[in-house]
Amino acid sequence: MIKYIFRRLLYAIPIAFGVSVVCFSLVYLAPGDPLQTILPSDASADTIAMVKAAYGFDRPIPIQFLKWLGRVLVGDFGESIATRRPVLLEVSGAMSNTATLVMFAVPLSFSLGYVMGAIAGCFPGRMLDRAITGTAVMGVSVPNYWLGIVLVIIFAVEMMALPATGMGANGSTAFSVFRWSDDRFLVLPVITLSMVPIGIIARTTRAAVAEVLNQDFVTTLRAKGLSEFAVVRHVLKNALPQVLAVMGLQFGYLIGGSILVETVFTWPGSGFLLSKAIINRDVPVLQGTILALSMVFVATNLLVDLLQSMIDPRIRRS
Amino acid sequence: MFGITRETGMTKRSTPSLTGRIFGAVLGGLLAAVPATLHAESVLTVGMTAGDIPLTTGNPDQGFEGFRFVGYNLYDSLALWDLSERDKPSDIKPGLATEWQVDPNNHRRWIFKLRQSVKWHDGCPFTADDVLWNFARVTDKDAPQFFTQQMALSRTYVTNFESVEKIDDNTVAITTKVVESLFPYSMSYLLMVSRCRAEALKYDWAAYANAPSGTGPYRFDRMVAHERLELTPNKDYWDPKRVPKHDRLVLIPMPEAATRAAALMTGQVNFIEAPAPDTIDRLKSAGMQIVTNKYPHNWPYTLNFVRGPMTDIRVRRAANYALNRAEFVELLNGLAIEEYATMPPGTPYYGNPVRYEYNPEKAKALLKEAGCMPCKLTIAISTSGSGQMQPLPMNELFKSQMEAVGFQIDFKVMDWNSLVEIGRSGVPKYPEIDGYNGSRALLDPLSALIKPVWKIHWSPAGSNWGHFYDPEIEALVGQILNDFDAEKRLTELTKLHELENDRALMIWVVHDLNPRALSPKLTGFVQAQNWFQDLTPIVVHP
Repeated sequence: MIKYIFRRLLYAIPIAFGVSVVCFSLVYLAPGDPLQTILPSDASADTIAMVKAAYGFDRPIPIQFLKWLGRVLVGDFGESIATRRPVLLEVSGAMSNTATLVMFAVPLSFSLGYVMGAIAGCFPGRMLDRAITGTAVMGVSVPNYWLGIVLVIIFAVEMMALPATGMGANGSTAFSVFRWSDDRFLVLPVITLSMVPIGIIARTTRAAVAEVLNQDFVTTLRAKGLSEFAVVRHVLKNALPQVLAVMGLQFGYLIGGSILVETVFTWPGSGFLLSKAIINRDVPVLQGTILALSMVFVATNLLVDLLQSMIDPRIRRS
Repeated sequence: MFGITRETGMTKRSTPSLTGRIFGAVLGGLLAAVPATLHAESVLTVGMTAGDIPLTTGNPDQGFEGFRFVGYNLYDSLALWDLSERDKPSDIKPGLATEWQVDPNNHRRWIFKLRQSVKWHDGCPFTADDVLWNFARVTDKDAPQFFTQQMALSRTYVTNFESVEKIDDNTVAITTKVVESLFPYSMSYLLMVSRCRAEALKYDWAAYANAPSGTGPYRFDRMVAHERLELTPNKDYWDPKRVPKHDRLVLIPMPEAATRAAALMTGQVNFIEAPAPDTIDRLKSAGMQIVTNKYPHNWPYTLNFVRGPMTDIRVRRAANYALNRAEFVELLNGLAIEEYATMPPGTPYYGNPVRYEYNPEKAKALLKEAGCMPCKLTIAISTSGSGQMQPLPMNELFKSQMEAVGFQIDFKVMDWNSLVEIGRSGVPKYPEIDGYNGSRALLDPLSALIKPVWKIHWSPAGSNWGHFYDPEIEALVGQILNDFDAEKRLTELTKLHELENDRALMIWVVHDLNPRALSPKLTGFVQAQNWFQDLTPIVVHP
């Protein structure tokens, strides 16, 4: 097992390097000007050249990459062009705000999705299965920004039961999950954010359970006289590695924050930060955010791989 | 706070116990004895369209919205905009300078008399040395206070600046590179920051952003990065008429229009910028005040004068006759006025421009005469952006009306940043583009009328994007910039506006009416005909 963990960690290094190259290059492939946020729209060519030189954007891109990579390796992600705040501070603050959402969205979506999928998988083709599958398809298909706006109209504007926007009445720095007056700000974004993972996990679990139920060992278990409850327990355990892989991806999706959901609710998380960095072409923030989120994905996948191999040793041997 | 009060009111309460009732009665009695001066704080909470909090280190980012909410609230410039009236276009007025005049012996030298007894928020006095220090901050690379970011944000307004000298403690002289009679307008955009505070912070501008000091009507109180900026009144403001009439101003970036409307209706904010046209009726029915006014904004297509169909004046006029502008106004739920010339009607130098009324037959005839059938145009447009109104449906309508008379429109659709890049680079880099759709701020005659036609501003050196050149107009521009007689200059500017209109400099579509929605609890707001607005007179009622 230790050898396997070591090997998987080694694999993660070239992936992380590849991610850093891609996230650096993507920013430069996009049209637009990285200094747009601080240059007036009618800035002359001379002014642009002067400011580019001052910020180091006049150097060849490979040189810029190497300098950036060198700094990143020692934990320096640079400064935001717009705010001059350290990128590390910007990204960590935003990710912590998104983590507050995720802390509630993960238990809600993973447990609900898994239970719904398991029930549907155990009763394939029945009314219950159809109802759950239909609900899951809706969860995946309904655009979450639309759902967010509809929830705001119903619960904030019409019923005046929940706030429409923001992270607490006085901003994220004063936010506490132990205060209901702050938690009310979480309700609508958490529900909106959970819809897609619920649908995806329910559908994956349903497919995995239905597939395992058709395997020979299930017939053997039943032939041995095991109760249906014990059979289902075995089925769920066998379906779990497949579901875990999807949960890992969904965790990455949630921690990455949804640009649309966070924009609709003005939630100051990583998705909102990313969208602002894209709009402003704030290159250091953009690169830092993409890199940090990509690393979360890499780490989550690594963790899921290790968990899968613990549940099913055949994966390790393959 | 309006929002907080409402929110607290929604929290469930349990029935108080006997002890609780006794405690409540005692506390109630004590509170009754507190003087009435301890009233609930009145808070003006604004939902801005900006995606982030504008910079607080001097000249802000986020376009003119940054100036509107942060720049002119924390800081002052030598000249300020008079935003006190609704019914006439606003002009500049004395700010940190009480008066200015050109040196009769040298028309490149301007003498500014500074306002006395003005104090920075940190308590230091405002002096002539501060003015020199501020100019060096954005122009002198060797000065310790030089700040690249502020240089970038101020550069446009100091392109004609050559030097500044102190005449005495209350007077400075600014010398320009070339004679420019409209120079004082540029001085309304250069915000002055406190030398005292910057020196105390050892020129750490990141620290300064969290402790800014200006001379403006509001003081910095608190900022949560990307989320909210809170300002409090500067009770010692040098203009007593502009001391804020509320206790706190909270600025919240809310780029999504639906979010702003919802936040207003739920009481989280009480003032929003640019509600979407389709939410206006809903906001009105919820009792909100909708305020609009014309202002120096337009939504035109800027054209290529180097190559392609738009080099032919007949094609440009045909395009202007092809548009039924009333349909654009209808599309925008009445929140715009038809645009037939660069400036909105009522501008002092509006004059009597040609009115390109909707006339499809005339448009077809002109295209036929020009031999451009079908007349293919490649136009760059954005999906959103500062002042772009509803760019996608408006451009769809533009395309349908233009194609009805014989044009063939190929849109290059891009995000705002990419369009800005096209706007800056101009026709030398994008010769294949026949025009681009970018809204314009027409605050002063130099940016509104002169830069788009002046040869020295040919892109990428300046904002004459399509390299327009007309000898008669060029001569008139020279005359205007050398004329220091205000009356005569006004006549010349009027002639320039009419001439640009005659040459069909742009395809004009609509002027925005700048809608805002306010809670019924707000009074006193006067929407000036300007990109900037004065929030200080607003009273927030409980």
